[in-house]
Amino acid sequence: MKTMKLTELEKRHHRPVEKLYELAEEVYNQLDSGKIPNMKIPLRTKSNIRFVASKGVWKYGAQMGTRSAKKLRGAYMLLRTMYMLDFIKEMIEKNKSSTLREMYYISEAWDMAKFSSQDESNHLAEDLEILTMCMREDLKLRPEEDGARVMGNLTLREQNRKGEKKKINCRDDVGDSGYGIPYNVEKDKIELLDADANFVIAMETGGMFDRLIENGFDEKARCVLVHLKGQPARSTRRFVKRLNEELKLPIVVFTDGDPWSFRIYASVAYGAIKTAHISEYLATPTALFCGITATDILNYELPTDKLNNQDIKALESELTDPRFKDRFWKDEIETMLRIKKKAEQQALAKYGLDYVTDTYLPEKLSEIGIEA
Amino acid sequence: MDSGSIAQRLAKKQKEISVSEFFERNKHILGFDSPTRALITSVKEGVDNSLDVCEEAEILPEVFVQIKRVGRDEFRIVIEDNGPGIVKKQVPHIFGRLLYGSRFHSLRQTRGQQGLGISAAVMYAQLTTGKPSLIRSKVRHRDVAYEVELILDTKKNRPRIIRQDFVVWEKECGTRVELQVRGRYIVGKQSVFEYLKSTAIVNPHARLTFKDPDGRTYVFERASDILPPKTEEIKPHPQGIELGTLLKMAKETKSYKMTAFLQKEFSRISSRVAKETLDKADVPRERVPKRLTLEEAKRILQVVNKIKIMAPPTDCLSPIGERLIKKGLKNVLGDQRPEFYCPPVTREPTVFAGNPFQVEVGIVYGGNLPQDKPIDILRYANRVPLLYQQGACAMASAVEKVDWRRYGLEQRGGHGVPFGPAIVLVHFASTKVPYTSESKEAIANIPKIVKELENGLRVCGRKLGTHMKRKAKKAKTREKFDIVQKILPEIAEKSSKIVKKDVPDIRKTITKIMNVVWIDEEVVFEKRRHKVTVKIYNYTPKGQKLNLHVVVPPEHFDSNTCDPKPKEIKEDGRITWELKRVPSTEIGYATFELFGMDEDEYDETELYISGISPTSVVGAEPLPGDWDLRVKPPTVEEITEEETEEELDYDEVEEELVDEDDEVDGAREEASSAG
Repeated sequence: MKTMKLTELEKRHHRPVEKLYELAEEVYNQLDSGKIPNMKIPLRTKSNIRFVASKGVWKYGAQMGTRSAKKLRGAYMLLRTMYMLDFIKEMIEKNKSSTLREMYYISEAWDMAKFSSQDESNHLAEDLEILTMCMREDLKLRPEEDGARVMGNLTLREQNRKGEKKKINCRDDVGDSGYGIPYNVEKDKIELLDADANFVIAMETGGMFDRLIENGFDEKARCVLVHLKGQPARSTRRFVKRLNEELKLPIVVFTDGDPWSFRIYASVAYGAIKTAHISEYLATPTALFCGITATDILNYELPTDKLNNQDIKALESELTDPRFKDRFWKDEIETMLRIKKKAEQQALAKYGLDYVTDTYLPEKLSEIGIEA
Repeated sequence: MDSGSIAQRLAKKQKEISVSEFFERNKHILGFDSPTRALITSVKEGVDNSLDVCEEAEILPEVFVQIKRVGRDEFRIVIEDNGPGIVKKQVPHIFGRLLYGSRFHSLRQTRGQQGLGISAAVMYAQLTTGKPSLIRSKVRHRDVAYEVELILDTKKNRPRIIRQDFVVWEKECGTRVELQVRGRYIVGKQSVFEYLKSTAIVNPHARLTFKDPDGRTYVFERASDILPPKTEEIKPHPQGIELGTLLKMAKETKSYKMTAFLQKEFSRISSRVAKETLDKADVPRERVPKRLTLEEAKRILQVVNKIKIMAPPTDCLSPIGERLIKKGLKNVLGDQRPEFYCPPVTREPTVFAGNPFQVEVGIVYGGNLPQDKPIDILRYANRVPLLYQQGACAMASAVEKVDWRRYGLEQRGGHGVPFGPAIVLVHFASTKVPYTSESKEAIANIPKIVKELENGLRVCGRKLGTHMKRKAKKAKTREKFDIVQKILPEIAEKSSKIVKKDVPDIRKTITKIMNVVWIDEEVVFEKRRHKVTVKIYNYTPKGQKLNLHVVVPPEHFDSNTCDPKPKEIKEDGRITWELKRVPSTEIGYATFELFGMDEDEYDETELYISGISPTSVVGAEPLPGDWDLRVKPPTVEEITEEETEEELDYDEVEEELVDEDDEVDGAREEASSAG
């Protein structure tokens, strides 16, 4: 049993180490033959994502960018890449891992290769995922706990850090704040056992999550409530995808009515531009959007705020985003631009605290074909 | 009342207009219109006099200025110099009589001109505080100094002595003036301190000490031990002289013939020119000047303005000189750490209205000078700083007319005072400065003067432009240096460590990234000599051959120290080397030494190259066409760019990736706080 475990561990580590070595070797060989070191990476832009029909998600296309030592920034990034490769190799060998934030602070010791911001180190970690075709977790990098929550009659088995497996019901075994989604939601950590539910409703804001819990919507409508906590972390998206794929639960996304919320839905359903290389792991192509739409703002006469310049820019950018190209989104975006207004989920409280669970959601869910 | 009695009454009144009334009415044109300005003007009049007399006596000036606060708005000004002193008899007249002075009648470049300044200050003092002024002066070889307290009898324009005495004074010679005035002491742009600082810049031979009302002492040390050459008195130049003046001079001359008159009383008129002028003007050569008619005088003026006459003699002017302008600027502005002192420009003297004048310009750039403000214009007339009325001054107009954008400064629309971290110094030297008023704060906008100022500014501006271009190109290349010298070796080391192989030789990669020939110079000051080493770094994949040309001050150049031997050394300091081929990734050298200069007098050499494609050279300019090259230029090989394939820079393609994780929240927060 023990030897078996070791080989598994070895196998899991073998690939990333080899890939990291290859990256360093490429740079080495370029220098050795008198060339200017460079790396080619798919462009992570909205013009370079394509719909992959076989997987039902959006992934990077064929446009490549070059990171070259010819330019100062490119040279710095290549040097940082070498440092990061070296550090990851060391972590793999010592069976350690670090948070992305720790990774950023590790670079303090890298002298001039030090990152200027955590964005930069996060970005490079993603570059390495793309270049090595390994997941961040394989590279021993993890985000901090995100705090996204689940409430509902869902039973799963989680392995805690002592290696013990524990069965948890996400309604009966948890407190009022629900079950916290850990950063690793892969099968070796979490087994999804069973759910007595018709669908999953994934919410943008904590306020709405708490409202639905207080109103007992999970039981009333037989659904699992997930708090996305703004733009959802990878683990939340992965968790939602597994609920959909393994327990066959339809996913409904319920957000504020503003341009940024549209993007939250897009990253859940279509795949985010930033992580398009792993869209097939993270995106749930069948996820449905229930609102709040621009049309809802008009139909339900919701209290609104005026769009500011950044909102308008975001909407205009969405008009050229291939993920929002269908009729529905085009209409909603244009409507919002026309009325120049946005609304929060909690604006529904205008009609009382129960309005969202008694009226709005039942109406909207039946509209998109979900039986509540 | 008939008109006769009105006239009589008026006549009575007219008599009563006293000097004090004249002063009271005209104090704005004399520079005493505000309490702040009155204080500066009083100091200025005293210091100008001190510097003038010291230079006259060939003494290196040492001037002490103190301002003591005696009341809320009352100050006691002390100005003391080490000048030759004034003989007892003259003291009361110089300080207690308006329009009394030694310089009123001479045509000569001096600070003071009309003998109005210091006595006006004395008068201002007594009018505002009622206090007499104290003057103490000692002439060399006297045992005691003469001290007098006096006021100005405003009715008679004569000094009235309150007290006089002989006192012991440890000074060998010198003059001390104490004035008690109503004023306001400020710091900042138009202040006593600023005036003294500006004075120190253009008078590097003077040592100025200032004690402010709070008792703080500032010393502007001397930067040069050489007095400016003594200025000569000259006769008027004929071009541009006024008709009335010509007639008056003809009446007063002792000459009996017109030819002699023109030769003797004017400068630059030879007997040939005198004859030519008279002939062309149809005036008999033998005509007695006193009989010169109006018509004849007119014709003479027409002729002299048409024919070629030598410019007036220049030894009557005392330009500061390119070397001393730079020294003065460095001495006073050193703490601002400017990155560049433009080589100053001293223009050839020229003439307006029969008066010789000369323009000088200096520019200081960068360092701690403010970035986003209009540049400071330091205006000087005969070494006197002008602090007020910049808007009305020809020097400022000229600055505004130049398109500074060409020389790397910001300027909206290409006119107006430019913005940027720069100071422009303009000096106007003349035997007669055409001030707009008696307060002597602005030079009149005379087209010829403005034009000449503009020319001076452009010549100096071009030097700034060259520096800026060179700097921009170097900054770009310096970035590449960072890559090849710091980052690339690290990448090589780190990657070889990961793959466990030897560190690769990166020289070839370096030449591909740089692909330039970098020329840099190093100036070391040792044993009173400047050792200049020009280094030619070949950062291209091939060997490179080129000719190097430098311009050095010929009088300081030691041709025996050149290594390698130059191909050509011209008398004017232009030197050419035909350098050996520098192999790829190696460095070529050319060295030489300069002598007889102070350390800070030389810091940069003009470097030029030929025989190589200039686009691939950084740090030297292509040889200008007027060099008159006698060396055969080697054939130019273009340095070709390798790997020119168009590729997208991954790190430049920045698009909003606000799409995932916490970034959207951040963007939304910004959005909501903006909204």
